[in-house]
Amino acid sequence: MHAFFDALAEHSFLQTAVVAALLASIGCGVIGSYVVVKRIAFIAGGIAHSVLGGMGAAVYFGFDPLHGALIAAVIAALLIGWVRLHWHTQEDTLIGALWAIGMAVGVLFIAKSPGYQADLMSFLFGNILLVPPQSLWFMVALDVVLLLFVGAFHRQFLAVVFDEEFARLRGVPVGFFYLLLLVLVAVTVVLLIQVVGLILVLALLTLPAAVAGHYVHSLGRMMLIATVLGGVLSVSGLALSYQPDLPVGPTIILLAGAVYVASALFSQWRDHRLRTRIVDDPAGEAKPHG
Amino acid sequence: MKPLIELQAVDFAYANTRVLSGIDLQVEDGEFIGIVGPNAGGKSTLLKLILGLLTPQSGSIRVLGRTPRQASRQIGYVPQYPSFPRDFPISVEQVVQLGLLGAGAQRGVLNRLWHTGSARDDVYRALDEVEAGAIAKRQIGSLSGGQLQRVLLARALVGRPRVLILDEPTANIDQRVESEIFDLLNQLNARMTILVVSHDVAFISGYVGRVACVNRTLVCHRTDAIDGRVIQELYGEHVRMVAHRH
Repeated sequence: MHAFFDALAEHSFLQTAVVAALLASIGCGVIGSYVVVKRIAFIAGGIAHSVLGGMGAAVYFGFDPLHGALIAAVIAALLIGWVRLHWHTQEDTLIGALWAIGMAVGVLFIAKSPGYQADLMSFLFGNILLVPPQSLWFMVALDVVLLLFVGAFHRQFLAVVFDEEFARLRGVPVGFFYLLLLVLVAVTVVLLIQVVGLILVLALLTLPAAVAGHYVHSLGRMMLIATVLGGVLSVSGLALSYQPDLPVGPTIILLAGAVYVASALFSQWRDHRLRTRIVDDPAGEAKPHG
Repeated sequence: MKPLIELQAVDFAYANTRVLSGIDLQVEDGEFIGIVGPNAGGKSTLLKLILGLLTPQSGSIRVLGRTPRQASRQIGYVPQYPSFPRDFPISVEQVVQLGLLGAGAQRGVLNRLWHTGSARDDVYRALDEVEAGAIAKRQIGSLSGGQLQRVLLARALVGRPRVLILDEPTANIDQRVESEIFDLLNQLNARMTILVVSHDVAFISGYVGRVACVNRTLVCHRTDAIDGRVIQELYGEHVRMVAHRH
C-alpha cells in the first residue's frame, strides 16, 4: 500500500485516476441509489451494455469513444424507457434484445475500424489508469448535470421511484420523469465506464447504494453514504491492484462485491436478532431498525 | 345543483374482457357512498376511471365539473394495497409530504420556498387528524397494517381534497382498527364527499348513506333497502348476511 501512496505523490496519471474515481463515485452514489430503490438494475444493465454500439461507431468514424458512449447511452435509455412504459407484455425480452444488439453493433464497428488497434478489453473492463486529464473536465460536466437535475427535481424523482400511481394522481408527469431518470442513469454509466468498463458498471452502480441501504433509511442519506463508499471502494481497489499489477476495474468490483456480501450477511443476522428480541419481549422497547 | 361526480353510460374493457357496462352514477356533494360487489366485478376499475387512471371506451365521466385528470388534485386516494415496496428508505413524514405534490404547482418558486414551513404544518395536521402524529419519524417498513393505512389516509388528506376515494381501506387490518378508521371517515364526511369500496356490505351499511352495487353493471340502493335478496342478486348466489352492531 505504501508503494501506491509513494507512486501517487509522484505520478500524475495516478492522481488523475484517483480524481476520476472520486468524480465517478458521485454519479454512482446519487443515481445508483435511485437504481437500487426503483429496482431497475436490469434496465441499467441494458443501457450500459448497449453503449458499446456508440463507442464502436465513434471509433469507426474517428470520434472520441466517450462522446459516442454518451449518445448511445441516452438513445438506449430512451428506447428502453419507452419499451418499459408502453410495451409491458415483452418488456424483459425487448430490453435483453437491445442489450445484445448494442453490444453486437459495437463489436462489428470495432472489428471493421481501419487500422484501429483498439483494446476492446479496456471498453469492456475499463482502465482507469489510462484516463486522460482532459476527460476529467468531461466527467465534472456530467456530475454537474446530474446534481443539477437531481437537486431541481428531487421531489418528483422521489414520487416516481416510490409510487408511480400516486405520483400520476398528483399530476406529476410520470413518463417524463421516468425517462429523465433513465437518461441520468445513462450519463452515470458513461461516468463509470471510465473506471470499471461497461461490463462491470452495473456492480459499481448498485453495490455501494445497496450497502448504504442496509444501514440508512432515507434516500438522501443513502446517496451520501453510497457516494462516500463508492469513492472509498474505487480508490482502495486502485491501491490494492497497484503493487501486484492487477487490472483495476475487476479489483474494485471484487472489493465492492466482498463488502456487499459481508454487509448483506450482517444485516440479515441483525434483523433476525431483532425479530427474535421482539418475539421474546413483545412489550419491550425493541423496534425495527430505522 | 350539479352532482360532484357524474358517470353517464360508461363502458370499459381490458383487452377483450368487458368489465363495466352502461354505468350511470351520480354522487352528490357531501355524500358518503359505498361501492360493493363480488371480486372481479369491476369495483376497483370503477374507482380508477373516476380517478382518471383509466379512460373509458365510451361514455362520459365528470368530477367537480371537469375531466377526472383535471380534477385529480382535488381528489384524495387511498389504495387497497400499497404499490411501493415496504423496505423503501422513506419516513412517514416524507410519505405524507408527497401528498402535497402538485398542490403548489400554480405558485411561483419564491412563493413555494415561503410556504415550506406551512407544508410541514400541513403534514403534521394531517397526521394528527388520523392519530398518527406520534409515528411521523418512523420508517414506512416498520409500521403495522393499521398504522400504514392511517399514513396513507393522511397522505390523501394533506392536499385538502374535496373528494376522498378509498379502495378497500381495511382489507388487511383487524376489525377493531377497521371500526376506528370508519369512525374517522364519518368525521371527515362533514367536510368532504367520500367513496369507499368494500367487500363487507353489512359492515359499511352502518356508515354510508347509499350503496352502489357493481357487478359489471351498477345498481344503487339506499342502505336501509339492502336486504338478503338484494345481496343475492348482486353476487349471483346465496350469501349469508351478518348484522354488525356499532
